[in-house]
Amino acid sequence: MKAFDYIRATSVAEAVAAAARPGAAYLAAGTNLVDLMKGGISRPDTLVDVTRLPGLDRIERGTDGSTRIGALVRNAALAHDPVIAKRYPALAEALLSGASGQLRNAATTAGNVLQRTRCPYFYDTASACNKRDPGAGCAALGGVTRSHAVLGWSEHCIATHPSDFCVPLAALDASVEIAGPGGPRSVPLEAFHRLPGDTPERETVLEPGDLVVAVTLPPEAEAFAGHSRYLKVRERTSYAFAVVSAAVGLRMDGDRIGQARIALGSVALKPWRARAAEDLLAGAAPTPETFAAAAEAALADARPSGDNAYKIELARRIVVRALTLAAAGTPDRVPALPASPFAPNPSAPNPSAPSPLAGAPVHA
Amino acid sequence: MSFPITLTVNGTRRSVVLEDARVTLLDLLRERLDLTGAKKGCDRGQCGACTILLDGVRVNACLALAVSHDGASITTIEGLAVGEALHPVQAAFLEHDGFQCGFCTPGQILSAVGLIQEGQTGGDPERVREGMSGNLCRCGAYAGITEAVLTAHAALTGPDVLPGRQLAEDAA
Ligand SMILES: Cc1cc2nc3c(=O)[nH]c(=O)nc-3n(C[C@H](O)[C@H](O)[C@H](O)COP(=O)(O)OP(=O)(O)OC[C@H]3O[C@@H](n4cnc5c(N)ncnc54)[C@H](O)[C@@H]3O)c2cc1C
Ligand code: SF4
Ligand code: FES
Ligand code: FES
Repeated sequence: MKAFDYIRATSVAEAVAAAARPGAAYLAAGTNLVDLMKGGISRPDTLVDVTRLPGLDRIERGTDGSTRIGALVRNAALAHDPVIAKRYPALAEALLSGASGQLRNAATTAGNVLQRTRCPYFYDTASACNKRDPGAGCAALGGVTRSHAVLGWSEHCIATHPSDFCVPLAALDASVEIAGPGGPRSVPLEAFHRLPGDTPERETVLEPGDLVVAVTLPPEAEAFAGHSRYLKVRERTSYAFAVVSAAVGLRMDGDRIGQARIALGSVALKPWRARAAEDLLAGAAPTPETFAAAAEAALADARPSGDNAYKIELARRIVVRALTLAAAGTPDRVPALPASPFAPNPSAPNPSAPSPLAGAPVHA
Repeated sequence: MSFPITLTVNGTRRSVVLEDARVTLLDLLRERLDLTGAKKGCDRGQCGACTILLDGVRVNACLALAVSHDGASITTIEGLAVGEALHPVQAAFLEHDGFQCGFCTPGQILSAVGLIQEGQTGGDPERVREGMSGNLCRCGAYAGITEAVLTAHAALTGPDVLPGRQLAEDAA
């Protein structure tokens, strides 16, 4: 690890001033940044520690029904907060499906949103990577691309954004509150992460010194609480990043869908909101045919970036399954295996009915 | 630059001067404070062997920079037993053969202590397995580990009280 200076910021103004200098980076829990520094992928000259900034570790309810999550609220505290679990159950399920108990106790709200890609070539400093070294080329192209993007990628970068938390945040129209050298501003989460284009090194809309201070859910977000799920396919049941994931929320209007929210994870360099699919579901009956049509629409623009066409069909199936589970109703409690397609569905009308996986071959 | 920090480690205040901000809590414990119970498996947050309690909650010591945790309170495996009396989680790991080589065990035990305090699993083995998934065991002692955590959970929190049983006990 490269040596660095360390500054413990005691106010937002002090943090912003220190981090606006070239070579500076914010440090929260360090569960992503310290890992990247050990590998020589991130090489900051100065760390500006934000963990002691006052007032950023709170979850606040606005009088209008919005919820403001401070940048330093830990992932575990957020997932287990009774208000969050009740009003935004897909958020709790997504958080609990990520990383491990230990990591969730440390990881912060802002750190999670700002975590970097898990592209193996990005992690290997001997490989060319446009993100690490702009203009160097992309070693992933033509390489091992099972986990890479199928939406929104460019020939300059085919990586994905790995956060689970960001997927329901995108579905629920969350926004990111920023304090920066130019004063405070707020950006929709959906516009916060950038697609690679020809500048994959620019990952978010943040400018030097910009500090994320909170993530806010708008009042409408809790309308989906009764029919919300997060579903995540992993290569092992727990403690693994998503191959593909989906967050789904339905606001039912009698026996029809009033409004739907769908976002996909690990398919692009940002959480991917599927608006065309949402439009198709508005006013429709929650039938397998409508769900299949929605899944088609969600992936209409998808194309493989290598050896990963399977992710497109997988994503369609995850959308259908997530919609089916959400239509059946949010479980009272996050299942024992959060977001797992292998978890029994606690809200299924007939618990003795065979699971959708029964009879499926164990090995594909 | 050097950074003086003070930690309370297993109940004892320890003051150290870090010559370098790069030191993780894991390296500080192992290399400076002679507490080698917390293990370095991967050094990258991927195995759980370095699990400690930091201000009462389980975390990976390998990804925590010591300088950021000035003033914190830390519990390692060396601080769990009281004299010769094992902590209930330690006793349960012995009783259920929750290990083979023992390398992952300090991390497993601290993780289990943290998990039980978090209070999310009850006596559900599936929730215990999920809650312990941040601790890998290369010897595959998982069955014994789950049994041990369930036993320790019951010892520390009392058996899961079913509503019916509670009523029967109240009536008795
Ligand atoms: C083994 C392992 C498995 C994991 N599995 C998953 C998983 O399955 N799903 C998942 O979603 N995540 C997973 N993670 C990632 C984990 O969620 C992130 O490491 C964590 O959320 C980062 O939070 P942090 O507070 O530690 O951030 P840090 O590591 O401290 O910071 C991360 C980044 O955010 C920046 N930053 C931090 N705070 C601010 C702020 N307030 N304003 C501006 N910039 C800021 C930092 O400069 C840095 O670039 C895993 C991590 C590990 C190590
Ligand atoms: S896909 Fe993106 S992150 Fe991965 S090597 Fe190519 S440029 Fe780097
Ligand atoms: S050594 Fe810390 S998780 Fe492996
Ligand atoms: S007992 Fe050997 S690694 Fe777990």
